[in-house]
Amino acid sequence: MAHVATLILLMPLVGFFAVVMNGAGLKERFVGVIATGAVAVSFVLSVVALVLLLHHSNREITVRLFDWIPVGTLHVPAALLVDPLSITMCLFVTGVSALIHLYSIGYMRGEKDFRKFFLYLNLFVFSMLLLVLANNLPLTFVGWEGVGACSYWLVSYYFTRDSAASAGKKAFLYNRVGDVGLLLAMFLIFGHAHTLTYLNVFHVAGTLSPTVATLTVLALLLGATGKSAQIPLFNWLPDAMEGPTPVSALIHAATMVTAGVYLLVRMSPVLTMSPDGRATIAIIGGATAFVAATIATAQKDIKKVLAFSTVSQIGYMVLAVGVGAYSAAIFLMVAHAFYKALLFLGAGSVIHSLNGEQDLRKMGGLQKYLPLTFPTFLVAWLSISGIPPFSGFFAKGDVLTKVFEHNKPLWVLGVLTAILTAYYMSRLFVLTFRGTERFREVTKGHDPHESPWVMTLPLVVLAVLSVLGGLLNLPWAHSSSLAGFLDPTFGFVPAVATSSTVALWGLALVDVVAAVLGLLAAFSIWRGVSESPRFESSFFEHVWHWDDFYDDVIGRPLTRAAQYSDDVIEPKVLDGAVTGVAVATRRSAEGLRKVQSGFVRQYALAMVLGVAVIIVYLVAKVH
Amino acid sequence: MNVPASWYLVLAAVLFGVGAFGLLTRRSALIMFMCLELMLNAVNLTFVTFSRTLSDISGQASVFFVMVVAAAEVTVGLGIVVAVFRRRSSTSVDELSELKG
Amino acid sequence: MVAATYAVPAILVFVTSALLILAGAVGVISVKNPVHAAICLIMTLFGVAVAFVAQSADFLAAVQIIVYAGAIVVLFLFVIMFLGVDRNMHVSVEPLVGQRAFAAAGVVITVAGLITLMATSHWVTGATSVTGKLVTGNGNVKQLGTAVFTTYLFAFEATAALLIIAVVGAVLLARRERATTEEEVNA
Repeated sequence: MAHVATLILLMPLVGFFAVVMNGAGLKERFVGVIATGAVAVSFVLSVVALVLLLHHSNREITVRLFDWIPVGTLHVPAALLVDPLSITMCLFVTGVSALIHLYSIGYMRGEKDFRKFFLYLNLFVFSMLLLVLANNLPLTFVGWEGVGACSYWLVSYYFTRDSAASAGKKAFLYNRVGDVGLLLAMFLIFGHAHTLTYLNVFHVAGTLSPTVATLTVLALLLGATGKSAQIPLFNWLPDAMEGPTPVSALIHAATMVTAGVYLLVRMSPVLTMSPDGRATIAIIGGATAFVAATIATAQKDIKKVLAFSTVSQIGYMVLAVGVGAYSAAIFLMVAHAFYKALLFLGAGSVIHSLNGEQDLRKMGGLQKYLPLTFPTFLVAWLSISGIPPFSGFFAKGDVLTKVFEHNKPLWVLGVLTAILTAYYMSRLFVLTFRGTERFREVTKGHDPHESPWVMTLPLVVLAVLSVLGGLLNLPWAHSSSLAGFLDPTFGFVPAVATSSTVALWGLALVDVVAAVLGLLAAFSIWRGVSESPRFESSFFEHVWHWDDFYDDVIGRPLTRAAQYSDDVIEPKVLDGAVTGVAVATRRSAEGLRKVQSGFVRQYALAMVLGVAVIIVYLVAKVH
Repeated sequence: MNVPASWYLVLAAVLFGVGAFGLLTRRSALIMFMCLELMLNAVNLTFVTFSRTLSDISGQASVFFVMVVAAAEVTVGLGIVVAVFRRRSSTSVDELSELKG
Repeated sequence: MVAATYAVPAILVFVTSALLILAGAVGVISVKNPVHAAICLIMTLFGVAVAFVAQSADFLAAVQIIVYAGAIVVLFLFVIMFLGVDRNMHVSVEPLVGQRAFAAAGVVITVAGLITLMATSHWVTGATSVTGKLVTGNGNVKQLGTAVFTTYLFAFEATAALLIIAVVGAVLLARRERATTEEEVNA
């Protein structure tokens, strides 16, 4: 098991080095194959690890690699923790990554920096695996920063474009603000538990006082909002759509943005000690889900709709964490990875067929031109809207059920968001694939063509997974479900559902009704039109003016302060102090110079005065 | 019975003071040398007084050597004064003030 | 009181020498004419010689007159006449600011301090007669000679060398530059 786990982690790194070492002359095909192959091997090994874990009596295996930081009382090993949670994460991360690598071979064909793309992609998968497999907080942090860095590189992939370069910086900076939270949490935990290894922290979590636990949870939440794009640090994700579409699919839908949720779920014993912290998490999650859904209804770029949709869906996951439904959050994470990656890849296929066009107003009627993209996209759309029996229905339903059990107002918010989700996704679907053809000028009169097999194969695989994903966690087969697999990690005893069967059916019905409502609304409004100012509120379109608010309150004042520092403080205070020392030395030297007057009699006088002083001293000493 | 030694010592101290004051105040190099001789004589007087007090010949031997050295010093010093005077036609030491900061 | 304790001649001798010394010293530092200053210096030296004799340093008194008054002061007068600086000098103006005031203060403090120390402390603490008991009268020359040529022989030889160096140095310093040697010889 130790070797398997280590190899899971290291294969993408091997792929990275293989591509790096072979120089720039390596053919595109080989680069793609090596990179994809490395991640695929990781996936296979993850399956092997799962099987091994299932047969292990104790489902918490620690694999020590080496001692990393032995300083005083702080002992941080470089070690991996293989348990149900980390294996689940590994599985879907490597699986979805492998499919996206395959897709990228086709999507990025002919690009100038083809090799660089796959290098960063492999490095990203390595960092993400490090994040989920680490058995202590600092090592997780290394992976955390690694995915942040790779995200920056990949978002700024087309760095010659100003908007892409600044989008990369924005993503990194927002992440960094969140990282402060994670660091503070680490300090708090070390201060009170004197250890940073997860298993040890969980043993002593019960001794944390409520105040400390709440502070730690809030700090962790700050880190999670940065990485997972929640309120108040979500503005970077829509801008990050400047990166190539496979990047959006992998990093900003399936993997990196789930890291925040993973962190919160991993630290569940600490969350258990702080009801206030959990309440805050739930409110943030619910609010983000709702706000992002409203914004998505007014976006005109296909990728921006999907970006805000991601923010909204992660809001659901965070909401689930807030009410203590950790397994439900992970289930939604897995299902979301399938259908959101599928949506993005499908959107990429559409963009690819329309020579790079992303504006919804210039699409339409693509149904008959894209025979493989259309049905797979349809599956994903139905899934995310929450139509049974697709995976989204089960996953979102699970979350909403648990929320209903703990917090009725937030449940109402969740249902409203579900209606909005169904609405904006249906709007997207209608504008892209149905209705009149508005793309003729973009394709210069030609018909759009379907994508090559390397791009459509992943679509098909993900579609199958989106359909069957619900089977992972059926509400009536608890012990053999995902929840049954994960619950022991969170200290829950696998128990039957706490709601009655009637309540469960009632909630399921509400979910279906909500989804159908949204669908019907979208179909009726958007039949035949491509723009509707009444339903595309500019307030929503401009992200509730959130970016402008940050700019006015934080951006501009800080720029002014920096300018002031540069104009005033730097030359006058700092330079002044340094040169002031020099000037003072010179002036004092010039003053002292006058002692050397050149007159011998004055020197003699000085000697006599010195003798007088000595005589006075002797007289005083004798008396 | 001779006069107590301290009287001669006070006399020597006053002579020394007068010589020092003259050294600091007069500008002519030659007068300054003469004041220097006054100071040396004060020292000689002190040595001889102590030689008498301690009943030891060493004090007088010291005076002997001081006189020899004083003679040598005056010789060389006046030689310097002559050499400087040739250039500047003035014996005022205030004019020799070029080594200054 | 004083007359009862000490012999009158001793006091008279002391007063004489003191008057000579101080008058001469004050004269040296205050007269304008360098030649007059040299004469005052001779007066001081005579006073010191008198003090030497009173303290049983006969040989030194003789050397004082011969070497100091006879040779050194004469040398001074030679140089004064040679350079032609026997004119009056301006003593009233002091170009350096505060020199006189500070000099006076420094000197007064030093002398007062020395006198205080001498008056209030018993500081003659050395061993007596280390080299040999002082012999007065005729034996003084012999005793001084013995001391110089045995105990202080090294110092004696050193001062002999010093004198030679001084003579050589003086000759070099006072030499006129020989710029026109060649022409003089050829012409």
